Amino acid sequence: MIKNIANLGDAAIYCDFGTEVNKEINSKVIKYFMTLRKKNFKGITNLSPSYNKLVITFDINETSYHNLKQEILDLDVEDKIESEFKKIRIPTCFHNDFSLDIDRLEKRLKKSKREIIDLFLKRKYFCYMTGFVAGMPFLGDTDDKIQLERLETPRVKVPRGSVGLTEQFCNIYTFESPGGWNIIGNTPITIFNTTTQKTPNLISPGDEVIFYEITKKEYLKIYEK
Amino acid sequence: MKNDYFHVARGGLNSTFQDLGRKNLYHIGLPFSGAMDKRNYLIANKLIDNNKNNPVLEFAYQGPSLKYFGKKRNIVVTGDVNFRIIKNNNSQNKGECYRTIELDEGDTIDICSTNKSVYGYFSVSGGFKLDKVWDSFSTTIRAQIGPNNGNKLIDGQDIKLNEPNQLSNKRLDFINSKIEFIRVIKGTNFDYFSEQSIKDFFSKDFEVTKFTDRMGMRLEGTKLKNIKKTNIKSEGLVKGTIQIPPDGKPIIMLSDHGTLGGYPKLGVVISADYDKLVQITPGSKIKFKEINLKDAENLYKLYNIETNNILSKIL
Repeated sequence: MIKNIANLGDAAIYCDFGTEVNKEINSKVIKYFMTLRKKNFKGITNLSPSYNKLVITFDINETSYHNLKQEILDLDVEDKIESEFKKIRIPTCFHNDFSLDIDRLEKRLKKSKREIIDLFLKRKYFCYMTGFVAGMPFLGDTDDKIQLERLETPRVKVPRGSVGLTEQFCNIYTFESPGGWNIIGNTPITIFNTTTQKTPNLISPGDEVIFYEITKKEYLKIYEK
Repeated sequence: MKNDYFHVARGGLNSTFQDLGRKNLYHIGLPFSGAMDKRNYLIANKLIDNNKNNPVLEFAYQGPSLKYFGKKRNIVVTGDVNFRIIKNNNSQNKGECYRTIELDEGDTIDICSTNKSVYGYFSVSGGFKLDKVWDSFSTTIRAQIGPNNGNKLIDGQDIKLNEPNQLSNKRLDFINSKIEFIRVIKGTNFDYFSEQSIKDFFSKDFEVTKFTDRMGMRLEGTKLKNIKKTNIKSEGLVKGTIQIPPDGKPIIMLSDHGTLGGYPKLGVVISADYDKLVQITPGSKIKFKEINLKDAENLYKLYNIETNNILSKIL
């Protein structure tokens, strides 16, 4: 199932499941991720599943690339994923104060702001993975009429709550952070709850997400809570 | 019984509690964090007789100014740091790194600045009285996770301390050496870059910019030309990964890095060079050198042996 295994530096393994992004490949990645979590091989310090890759970091004092590579090649992957998937609705405000990259989007997509927002709101999104910053969901797939590349130079600071577009994906910046996605709006709700270690993420891989539009007034009302 | 404590007169630019980092949370987006310069972190704990998992206070550039309230106790500063001790009677002593210093009630330690380096470490006998958060004492400010409510030190707050160990008098002769080349293993998108750009990357100087922090180090230099694709599908990153955005300017992922990224990876800095990489100040020039996995593994072993030798000199 893994197409290629390589080292990423001297303390990580890069498992490549292919170049396409779809639910089928993503669920293979998740199966490896879950199996490896259970097996708990010596020296593994982190597992980072993404659309079609799995990056595994390890402690060089305890194991090595060659050891772990062999263990992964010999792995008996479990076929079942035991997890319940949620449906989540995200209030989003598209006021000009929040849609930071709307000019760029309008120009490059040759569409009006309204058209872009409507195309964005029309879809249900699948959560492929979480990360970059804590709890950030990577969702897809957006309508191909609103797909655009990342910014040429990433922003040093993207405001917390920002909703961004890149290629066929959208995401939510759970914290202020650097980032290169095209920002279309902002949500006032908390996506990552720092007070609970067990389930800090509002959105997890496999969940379904729908965005709905709110006014700035409604935004501020939710935000103040 | 009332705890001994420090009153924070000045928090400093970016003073955070750190230990060896937090594991197994990349998948929800939490990086390792932990002390940037692990060697200086370990020395700070060893000199003060604390165990190696004890949290220390890491500071960057300008450190904190802390007034002490409690019984006589040892403190230690490691790194290349200018600091002074202002005694209760207003006399001042210039602080010396890598040696135990006795503090009395009412004394202030004023950590003025790091010197030609970025990070320094402050440890206290007995350790800071903190609770582990998600199995670690490390603070990740960007996710508001860790001791001190996930924040850096703030002016006016207090820091509680555990009971001190016995007073002792220890020192280490140690000088932080500079590194000539940062050694790099080829990344998974190495072939995305033109031959000339690869040549440039391994021969030209790159300047560390001021947009550098615990998350990443942004570099300026010859523009690196991507000949394949400037964006890839977001995927896992690790400490030391060198990403090249479409503007051709490298960004090196550091301890608080984003766990996923979509810019091509030209290379990864080897583990043995990480402690020294993070200490390079903005405005400095760095050079890269290519190395293979086997050599990198051996260099890390050597680096570890060297660290253990340094630690074993402290009795």
